[in-house]
Amino acid sequence: MKLTEENVRYVAGLANLTLSEPEIHQYADELSSILTYIDKLNELDTTGVEPMAQVLFAAGDTASLREDVERTPLTNAAALGNAPLASGGYFKVPKVIER
Amino acid sequence: MNIATLTIAEVQDGLQAKRFSAVELATEALRFGQAENGKTNAYLTFSDERALAAAARVDAKLAAGEAIGALGGVPVAVKDVIVTKGLRTTCGSKMLGNFLPPYDATVVERLEAAGGVILGKANCDEFAMGSSNENSAYGLVRNPVALDRVPGGSSGGSAAVVAQGTAVVSLGSDTGGSIRQPASFCGCVGVTPTYGRVSRYGLVAFASSLDHIGPFSRTVADSATVLQTIAGRDDRDATSALHAVPDYFETMAESVKGLRLGLPKEYFAGLAPETGDRIMAGVEVLKKLGCEVSEVSLPHTEYAIAAYYILCTAEVSANLSRFDGVRFGARSAKSDTLADLYKNSRGEGFGAEVKRRIMLGTYVLSHGYYDAYYLKAQKVRNLLTQDFAKAFEQVDALITPVSPFPAFKIGEKVNDPIQMYLSDIYTITGSLAGIPCMSVPCGVTAEGLPVGMQILTKHFAEDTMFRLAHQYERAGGFSA
Repeated sequence: MKLTEENVRYVAGLANLTLSEPEIHQYADELSSILTYIDKLNELDTTGVEPMAQVLFAAGDTASLREDVERTPLTNAAALGNAPLASGGYFKVPKVIER
Repeated sequence: MNIATLTIAEVQDGLQAKRFSAVELATEALRFGQAENGKTNAYLTFSDERALAAAARVDAKLAAGEAIGALGGVPVAVKDVIVTKGLRTTCGSKMLGNFLPPYDATVVERLEAAGGVILGKANCDEFAMGSSNENSAYGLVRNPVALDRVPGGSSGGSAAVVAQGTAVVSLGSDTGGSIRQPASFCGCVGVTPTYGRVSRYGLVAFASSLDHIGPFSRTVADSATVLQTIAGRDDRDATSALHAVPDYFETMAESVKGLRLGLPKEYFAGLAPETGDRIMAGVEVLKKLGCEVSEVSLPHTEYAIAAYYILCTAEVSANLSRFDGVRFGARSAKSDTLADLYKNSRGEGFGAEVKRRIMLGTYVLSHGYYDAYYLKAQKVRNLLTQDFAKAFEQVDALITPVSPFPAFKIGEKVNDPIQMYLSDIYTITGSLAGIPCMSVPCGVTAEGLPVGMQILTKHFAEDTMFRLAHQYERAGGFSA
């Protein structure tokens, strides 16, 4: 599977990732070789095999639910403590909606 | 006391016999750790205040004649992808250069509740992505056994501090081999428990269906003590298992005579010759202990890396979408719109390997490719898991190499992602199946480089795994 630089730009857009021109060039090459390697999976016939999303162990449907009791959440100040920009108890972002 | 070789039992004996206090031990451990860190760069942050406060609590308990806990006074390091309240947690990334977590991970709470003294945070590959610890934004880690070589990754710092003696035990995380491979490269014990055995609450998520937390130590018993302390249900992590945690020490001293061990033939082709020799010498030790050894087959092994790099990168692309420059982490200074803020903060904050995996993961999940890649890989994961289930019908444990070769030179594989990925061939399979696996030392090469032997058992059979490893250690297997 060969990935073009155009493909890389499109995927970077989906991933919300700014890449430099050298990075785009580099990832086109590297991702192409990785995808070529991955194509190895096509040698395997997986007809009738169930997909496995994660390791699961037998337990009742609600076994992993905790009791619905009140717990103290993070305070507003703690939740905002690592925000690069915050004010008035909110995270600040550039204006999204024009008046 | 020789801080560099202490075990948990020696710490506890010393405290009970009043040969040293917990504060004296912590002070000396911090001094030694900071003096030695220049050689390896294994610690990113030291937490003197927190360590001394924890040690003082242990001394107060000792003075009051109270129990000090299974890890009372024991100097511990924690991989920097596990959050510690108010203590900088970087994940080895520029993205989180100033991140001060508002809470402690469950494993950190449990370590400290058992008297553990956290000396600091261990360096790692950025967001735990890497096999050499060369991907940390804060500089690579050197292997304490051979300073021109990598310590393995991604938990390279956690392995290095234990090998270097700047912590007695440490915590790492393992997604495709990130505990076992560095343990093997640095010559220590490293344990990846059953998926769900240990809560991941507070582990910064990388690939959630594959992420595990586990211990590093210099002896098998010390890893068993740490796992005993951190394992068990936590209702803040819905994926943590409900299964009761057995007392690992109840069975560890028992003989392993008659245990059936399987050597998967797919794991012994393509080994560096000395690695193969050392593993077979380890198997001889187990045979002498009365284990029955036979060859088994895990036929889908050769597809594991391809499946893994689809599944893990897909999960990376989802999990790392939380880093957007808004709620925490680095924020681009040159962005006028929200869309640019997201893109630029991520472009500037993430390193090359993290971006590579986000790109691959986004691609394999993108429209038109989902079935060909992600769904296909999930099916292959099922086949690999069935391989193990079938093998465990015939044997009690599998013995394999951890890595095809010992620690490689710094810079040797850094420009070839596929070669780097291939170095995880023998550890990725166990991760995909979620079974417990560990690396134990089995001697060194002629150059003095450690080789690790992997022991794998079926889900939740950590007790059998520890028993084999402990008996093997007692029989001199670590220098087989």
